[in-house]
Amino acid sequence: MPGQLSLQFHSPDDLRVVLAGSWLLVDSLPSADDVALQLQSRSDVHRLSFDGKAITQWDSGLLIFLARVYQLASEGRIHVDPGGLPEGARRMMKLATAVPPQEDTGKHSKPPPVLERIGLRSLSMWRAGPEMLHFLGEVTLSFGRLFRGTAQYRRSDLMLIIEDVGAHALPIVSLISFLVGLIVAYMGAVQLAQFGAQIYIANLVSLGMTREMGALMTGVIMAGRTGAAFAAQLGTMQVNEEIDAFRTLGFNPIDFLVLPRMLALILMMPLLVLYAGIVGITAGMFVAVTVFDISTFEYYQQTVRSMAWSHIWVGVIKGTVYGMLIAFAGCLRGMQCGRSAQAVGEATTSAVVTGILFIVIAASLLTILFQELGI
Amino acid sequence: MKANGVQHKKDPGGHITVQDLTMMYGNFVIQHDLNFTIPRGDIFIIMGGSGCGKSTLLRHMIGLKAPARGRVLFDDISYWESSSAEQQRIKRSFGMSFQSGALWSSLTLAENVALPLGEYTDLTAADIAEVVSLKLSLVGLAGFEEFYPSEISGGMQKRAALARAIALDPEILFFDEPSAGLDPISSRRLDDLILELRDSLGTTIVVVTHELASIFTIGDNAVFLDAETRTMIAIGNPRTLRDGSPNPVVRQFLNRGEL
Repeated sequence: MPGQLSLQFHSPDDLRVVLAGSWLLVDSLPSADDVALQLQSRSDVHRLSFDGKAITQWDSGLLIFLARVYQLASEGRIHVDPGGLPEGARRMMKLATAVPPQEDTGKHSKPPPVLERIGLRSLSMWRAGPEMLHFLGEVTLSFGRLFRGTAQYRRSDLMLIIEDVGAHALPIVSLISFLVGLIVAYMGAVQLAQFGAQIYIANLVSLGMTREMGALMTGVIMAGRTGAAFAAQLGTMQVNEEIDAFRTLGFNPIDFLVLPRMLALILMMPLLVLYAGIVGITAGMFVAVTVFDISTFEYYQQTVRSMAWSHIWVGVIKGTVYGMLIAFAGCLRGMQCGRSAQAVGEATTSAVVTGILFIVIAASLLTILFQELGI
Repeated sequence: MKANGVQHKKDPGGHITVQDLTMMYGNFVIQHDLNFTIPRGDIFIIMGGSGCGKSTLLRHMIGLKAPARGRVLFDDISYWESSSAEQQRIKRSFGMSFQSGALWSSLTLAENVALPLGEYTDLTAADIAEVVSLKLSLVGLAGFEEFYPSEISGGMQKRAALARAIALDPEILFFDEPSAGLDPISSRRLDDLILELRDSLGTTIVVVTHELASIFTIGDNAVFLDAETRTMIAIGNPRTLRDGSPNPVVRQFLNRGEL
């Protein structure tokens, strides 16, 4: 039998709430509105008591009902006598009301008005600048210590990170640069073929891959792969207080964690960029030979003729700068991370977004710079 | 807790039975041949030194890890031999409070407690909100609904985790190191809360701990896991074991190393 509720007046000022049947959360239970109506219509009620002898079983369903009744009673300044309730329920209600609700926790305030929010946002953005500069300064000092040979870090850590960001990145870099080489060659060849100038695919691909696309694509891959990993590793260490543990032991966490990561990526990016260029050019050759009837030797000759050391240098310099920026963004967001799983996710997202943003800005500036310098 | 809290049903089969349980990681035996029965409404302590496999035993009991050998029975139904629907039903009768709370950090306390309610009951949003405030007020956290776990103290996180564990009115509550990292007063309050839940609702409670004060305050029965022999070497009331266990290792443990 589902829960039943009836109200009786024991005496004119004593309302008795009679409960019967099964009061489980899953049943459809009587609401406390009836009690509220009675209390509203009869202002002379001063006492509320219960008769729960006929309750067969109960769980939180009964407790919620009682919590509402208690609430109504305290609003009407009515004395509640829990004596007739099942013993367990009486004790649970005592427990639930033992600690009064925390008022003034500062959590129920309305969201601030639009202008205030714009102001708060601007201030926090304003503060982000100095924070980044501060981190840049610490990293610079750490590199200074590295060159003087006083930086505290473990060579084995550096080697592990180099393996991870270098060797382990080869498969994905191969795949992406091969496909990019393929696309550049094919797109260009379709246009060039209209003039019978298919042989210039070689120039297009070799220049495109070495100067721009090799570095850019590797940069984007590494931002997603390594920048995110750096932020997640350092962020989780922040959550576990591992970074504080370094500080308390007198280790500089920048030297110990950030330096090897930045160093590894700065060392590996130029190699990856060179590798991406070679793979891209091979892909171009593949298209030229199979689709556009150019012989392998012709393509090779044309590539060698179009190449200059300056193109390779431009690509390698760009790649190194991107590597520096990706590692910087990843480590910065990791070190700034808050102390929850949520914060690690935010740090990782922000590392990738910041990294790619930095890359695109640097790519534009460097392209203009090299153009002006005539390299 | 579905059964009326007033009557403690003590059926002879016991609420939870562990039979010939052997736990392994790979080829490494953690504990072997564990046998014990936990009656309904009991507060049962799993104790032993650090690294003896207490938490691993708990993970076997709540269905997170399959036993290498042996069975875990709930009301005479073997968990690991049941269909996945049956396992789901058994799991629904559990509440678990993890060692470090394990509150979901992207959700507020109210959302943490509300999530199982929303998922497993047909209650309306308004009803869920009321259950949530009731559960939070039971653990003394009324008014903290909108806080995120990272914004409250460790002791409050523990209590919030308990509120989440009791959200679905479980018949069995599991605790992993409930008082780890708590000050003596908070730890005592948590013990009182555990006792109160058992006394009012008849909930069966299984606690992993090595906190002696806690063991003697709340434990009806206890099993002692030995790291040396990798099996249980004592079972019974912890106070009786302290004073009269034939095994010196157990007495030493329960007397803080003094015999």
